[in-house]
Amino acid sequence: MAITQDEARKVAHLARIAVDDADLPALAQELNGILHFMEQLNEVDVDGIEPMTGVEPMRLKRREDVVTDGEQQDLVLKNAPDAREGFFAVPKVVE
Amino acid sequence: MSDLNKLTIAEARDALAKGETTSVELTEACITAIDASGALNAFVHNTPEKARGMAAAADARIKAGNAQPMTGIPVGVKDLFCVKDVPSQSASRILEGFLPQYESTVTQNLWDQGAVMLGKLNQDEFGMGSSTENSTYGATVSPWKLEDGVARTSGGSSGGSAAAVAADLCLGATATDTGGSIRQPAAFTGTVGLRPTYGRVSRWGVIAYASSLDQAGPITKTVRDAAIMLGAMASVDPKDSTSAERPVPDYEAALTGDIRGKKIGIPREYRIDGLSDEIDALWSKTAEMLRDAGAEVVDISLPHAKYALPAYYVIAPAEASSNLARYDGVRYGRRAKLGAGDGVVEMYERTRAEGFGPEVKRRIMVGTYVLSAGFYDAYYNRARKVRALIKRDFDQAYASGIDAILAPTTPSAAFALGSADSSNPVEMYLNDVFTVTLNLAGLPGISVPVGLNGQGLPLGMQLIGRPWDEGGLLNLAQALETAAGFTAKPPRWW
Repeated sequence: MAITQDEARKVAHLARIAVDDADLPALAQELNGILHFMEQLNEVDVDGIEPMTGVEPMRLKRREDVVTDGEQQDLVLKNAPDAREGFFAVPKVVE
Repeated sequence: MSDLNKLTIAEARDALAKGETTSVELTEACITAIDASGALNAFVHNTPEKARGMAAAADARIKAGNAQPMTGIPVGVKDLFCVKDVPSQSASRILEGFLPQYESTVTQNLWDQGAVMLGKLNQDEFGMGSSTENSTYGATVSPWKLEDGVARTSGGSSGGSAAAVAADLCLGATATDTGGSIRQPAAFTGTVGLRPTYGRVSRWGVIAYASSLDQAGPITKTVRDAAIMLGAMASVDPKDSTSAERPVPDYEAALTGDIRGKKIGIPREYRIDGLSDEIDALWSKTAEMLRDAGAEVVDISLPHAKYALPAYYVIAPAEASSNLARYDGVRYGRRAKLGAGDGVVEMYERTRAEGFGPEVKRRIMVGTYVLSAGFYDAYYNRARKVRALIKRDFDQAYASGIDAILAPTTPSAAFALGSADSSNPVEMYLNDVFTVTLNLAGLPGISVPVGLNGQGLPLGMQLIGRPWDEGGLLNLAQALETAAGFTAKPPRWW
């Protein structure tokens, strides 16, 4: 299958990356090259094979359900491009 | 003692223990070397004052008789390890100005042992690349420059780590390996690069690329140094849910020099078109060396090997698209300048368009596509099934009694900077053909320098070990290192 310019625009939007319309043909072409490379995987018989989720069967670690960390508002906000009154500040989200 | 920066970790440790030198002297030698290494562009954030303080503390600790193997040893840190209050950008513009408020477990382990932090090392942005050209800091230049004067790559993504160790700017460096990013740069620079078993080293505080593949390890001058440094980096870490509950053994003690009776597999599927004749010849020669040292060399089959690369380039971008969603201009890093009336979506889209480099954007979008409705099964799930088959190939090889697998690390020696065709990203991906398989299977692997090609550039061979058997793998690697007797160093031009 081939990616059209419209689909490239859609993928860029899903990824929240602004792409100029003028750059869409090149992007579509690059993505197609990569997807074509991936299509080799269609040669493999994967019937009855479970998708691999981890390299070692490992039980997820558990710990006591207690507070172990916190009270670090200053540190959490320290790297924010815009923090005000103890919150992260962003442009208006709701009209 | 002169040229202290040229010592191996083991030599420096022994000299420190005997009082023949001090960590302050070692550290000054490295700082002097780093200050004169601007042309390599390996160190990108230097921390000399921090280093001097840590060195003085290490000397006091040695004097008090509390030294551990890495106490007083000056090291470099790949940019993507979070170090408290030191820029940690993963070579991305989007993390410009970011100062971590916590410490990665790997670096904390090193500092707890008394290692000395010299600064941060260049890499491909978020680990995505094979040449350290995809970096907001600009490319790293390999110290291996021949009479032709061509600027070559030190590999990637850990190209800064490999160049710094090869040029004696530090005694060892941390690195990470998602698809070959420790082993390929090591092979290109005549250094040793060890990628441990997935789960051996904590990923806490390591800026993520693809979480099911990422694993940190050392780049060093010798196999013994890799054993020492891995011992300091590895730990069982409650902060990383994929950190294995396995005690860290004494890797240096595993270096017995005796590999008699070990069984080495040669995978026939790795004899690909495009493999240079020199590397093919070196492969046979190194197999012979291991045989001479008492190992048994047998042919094995890894039937799904050729599908590792396409499977990797589905799975890694898929995980990256999810991991890198966090860079939104809200909580840390760089936010794009907004116009009046711009909303939150414009902020996300512009911040990410400006902050990420072209290869990172490409992989995020590929990942977004293969995970999107309608394509998830066709690409992502199929790739994960192929991954299961690739792992089964290895499981079967090891079940048949193989101790390790010998293969080239790369299909060719280091290439010139700027030689990649930017309109054909797949070409660059082919660099990883021998390295990605073990990432998919979670296995440990080590690249050992074994010779120079006709031009005079270093070549590496890779040993792939059984899961959790880094000790046995290091012992085999040291036998290969001893037999190959690689001692070449790049003549200094920088």
